[in-house]
Amino acid sequence: MYITLSDRPASSRRTPDGRRRRVAPVVVTLGFVSLVTDISSESVAAILPLYLTASLGLSTMSYGFIDALYQGVSALVRIGGGWAADRGGHPKWVALVGYGLSAVARFFLLFSTGLAAISVVISTDRIGKGLRTAPRDAMISAATPDESLGFAFGVHRALDTAGAAIGPVIAFVVLWWIPDGYLTVMVISLGFAVLGVALLGLLVPDRPSAEPRPERRPLAWRDVATPGLVRLLLVAGALGLLTVGDGFIYLALLDRGGFAAHWFPLLYVGTNIAYLSLAIPIGRLADRVGRATVLIWGHGALLASYAAVAFSWSIAASTVIALLLLGTFYAATDGVIAALAGRLVPPPVRASGIASAQTVVALARMASSAGFGVLWFAFGPQAALVVVGTVLLVALPVARSAVRRLDLRSVSPG
Amino acid sequence: MNQRTRIALFATVAVVTVGGVSAYAVTSAADYQQRHHRSPTVPVVPDPPDPHAPHHVATGPRIVFRHTGIDDHIGLVASVPLDDPGGPRTFTQVACDRVDATEDRASCLRIERGVVTTYSLTEYDADWRPVEEVSLPGIPSRTRLSPDGRLVASTTFVSGHSYMQVGFSTATEIRDFGGGSHGNLEKFDLVIDGDHVAPRDRNVWGVTFVDDTTFYATVGTGGETYLVRGDLAARTLTSVADHVECPSLSPDGTRIGFKQATRRDGQTWWTPAVLDLSTGERTVLAGETRNVDDQVEWLDEDTLLYGLARDDQPGVTDVWELDTRADAEPRLLIEQAWSPAVVR
Repeated sequence: MYITLSDRPASSRRTPDGRRRRVAPVVVTLGFVSLVTDISSESVAAILPLYLTASLGLSTMSYGFIDALYQGVSALVRIGGGWAADRGGHPKWVALVGYGLSAVARFFLLFSTGLAAISVVISTDRIGKGLRTAPRDAMISAATPDESLGFAFGVHRALDTAGAAIGPVIAFVVLWWIPDGYLTVMVISLGFAVLGVALLGLLVPDRPSAEPRPERRPLAWRDVATPGLVRLLLVAGALGLLTVGDGFIYLALLDRGGFAAHWFPLLYVGTNIAYLSLAIPIGRLADRVGRATVLIWGHGALLASYAAVAFSWSIAASTVIALLLLGTFYAATDGVIAALAGRLVPPPVRASGIASAQTVVALARMASSAGFGVLWFAFGPQAALVVVGTVLLVALPVARSAVRRLDLRSVSPG
Repeated sequence: MNQRTRIALFATVAVVTVGGVSAYAVTSAADYQQRHHRSPTVPVVPDPPDPHAPHHVATGPRIVFRHTGIDDHIGLVASVPLDDPGGPRTFTQVACDRVDATEDRASCLRIERGVVTTYSLTEYDADWRPVEEVSLPGIPSRTRLSPDGRLVASTTFVSGHSYMQVGFSTATEIRDFGGGSHGNLEKFDLVIDGDHVAPRDRNVWGVTFVDDTTFYATVGTGGETYLVRGDLAARTLTSVADHVECPSLSPDGTRIGFKQATRRDGQTWWTPAVLDLSTGERTVLAGETRNVDDQVEWLDEDTLLYGLARDDQPGVTDVWELDTRADAEPRLLIEQAWSPAVVR
């Protein structure tokens, strides 16, 4: 019998020296930074459509424009954040600029009443989001021993998603107390953004790991483009092209009518709850059976969610099952890809490696959305899902054989 | 800075932030209470003498609308007599964001604030008792009843929730009053300039009824907008003109009031206009220079009504009237009002 890296931690939940496994304090602190920041952004996101249309009197078309900005801007600056973090060797300061930009955007939102001003504010917020993501994930990666990386990302993403769930609740409580209190929600949101910046700036050390300080030298793409990462980028990009985002799944459910139409505004909440509750267990599972393996099975859950929507069961069953599977998909991919990418490149270029993977996924999913829109109207939502699902079904075994060895190919000292 | 200093500094920031935010919230709550516990500044018909009457129901020719004054009646549906629009308004106890009414029926689109905001359509009888309530998939935009009240149309704006999704589209449905739905109008057969087409980006909005089979609406696709004539029985939409948004059929059925899009300062700008259905002649009512984002309503054969937001008071809107002559100037008809519906 031989022992592989991937099944080493499977034998027990305790580390070799017998202590129960914990995540590094800095991971928890970063988790709380994300939690308060997500409370900040999601409380405003929950009221933004009503504020823009009902209070400012902007047309709903303008809201559509701002919504597209909200979704699109951050993917493009992510690589920049990763490179800046690696180049300066100070991921914390790059992340801080990212969180700071979003906090500044919250401040100016209080005084923005026109479409142009609000577009600038939203773009600034999303640029901040793009900048901070990769450096923050690199810090989580650097602070965590290899065998509990999935767990650490699970803890971080669970806290992050908890913030995304609490934000709208706070917005609701405020509007229940002060029915036209949009500005109050924004002031509270600014407060949470300031807390996030202060928490990161004051309580997170710049170099959370004991890793030796790398020599300063110019970064080159070939340092990042290790064979393992290139392989991950290709596979993640290909799978991203076959990822029909949750928005389309919701619209496909809506298109079937009935149950889903009544609950449409709640569908993403269901997905979030599934993600929130599964992030930690699936992260642990990834540590045991291998992160690349879990990534593939996560896309299997996505495939199953297509099937749940495309085949005519009762709409209520389809909806519940699809949301659960989507939550599983996000829990098995979002943090897991960052964990995987961070270990496939040398530590000095970790943020760039993570940023590359996240950008490739985001760009592939954007391309996928555009393509799926065409399929949708050519064949209808259900047939379009069957088409994409069939390709995904063929692609998954190929992807699995392409990435199965990545679980063993760690470049880091761990 | 050592760790203790950092923790002390963070604690200070936290206390100042939480304190400042709480103070702001308490102040604005008190401010809200003060603003919303006052009576309307416009004349109001006193409450009925019978305290058991469920609602104060107005009858006769009237304009039904949403009251938007910042006071303890905000959001409630009210009405004024057709021959005295500036006179005292009669209030119902029903709050709506969009309303349409006939002599004995009403449709009401509502934003229901909650942990997740939801949206609904409620159909009311002559006494403002709910007959049917259904959930809507997005932000309420337009609603219209057919002339005899047997059909209800609603338009909502639906947006996806993640990454670069389809973003934003409309859902427009026609329902039987008190009954089932005829489905999303996007699924009807679409004929543009004589060709059967099925574009992927089509949206339908702003229904106006001729009778219980025929209606007009706007179809948007490929950056163009079309006036379509819909047939509920045949489930078809057939284009009859282009560049028409949010149509509204005149009482005699000969003309369409609508808003026409232009570009101004890089933004879409809408101006009220009228289309003669038999001659195809268009009159743009450029005397209205403000941006009108509303489905117009006909006050009579030569006058349009629409709501406009006030620049200086968020949430407060007024209903304006505009003659259908090309050079007509808008006049304020009902202050602190929105979503006018004329009951003749």
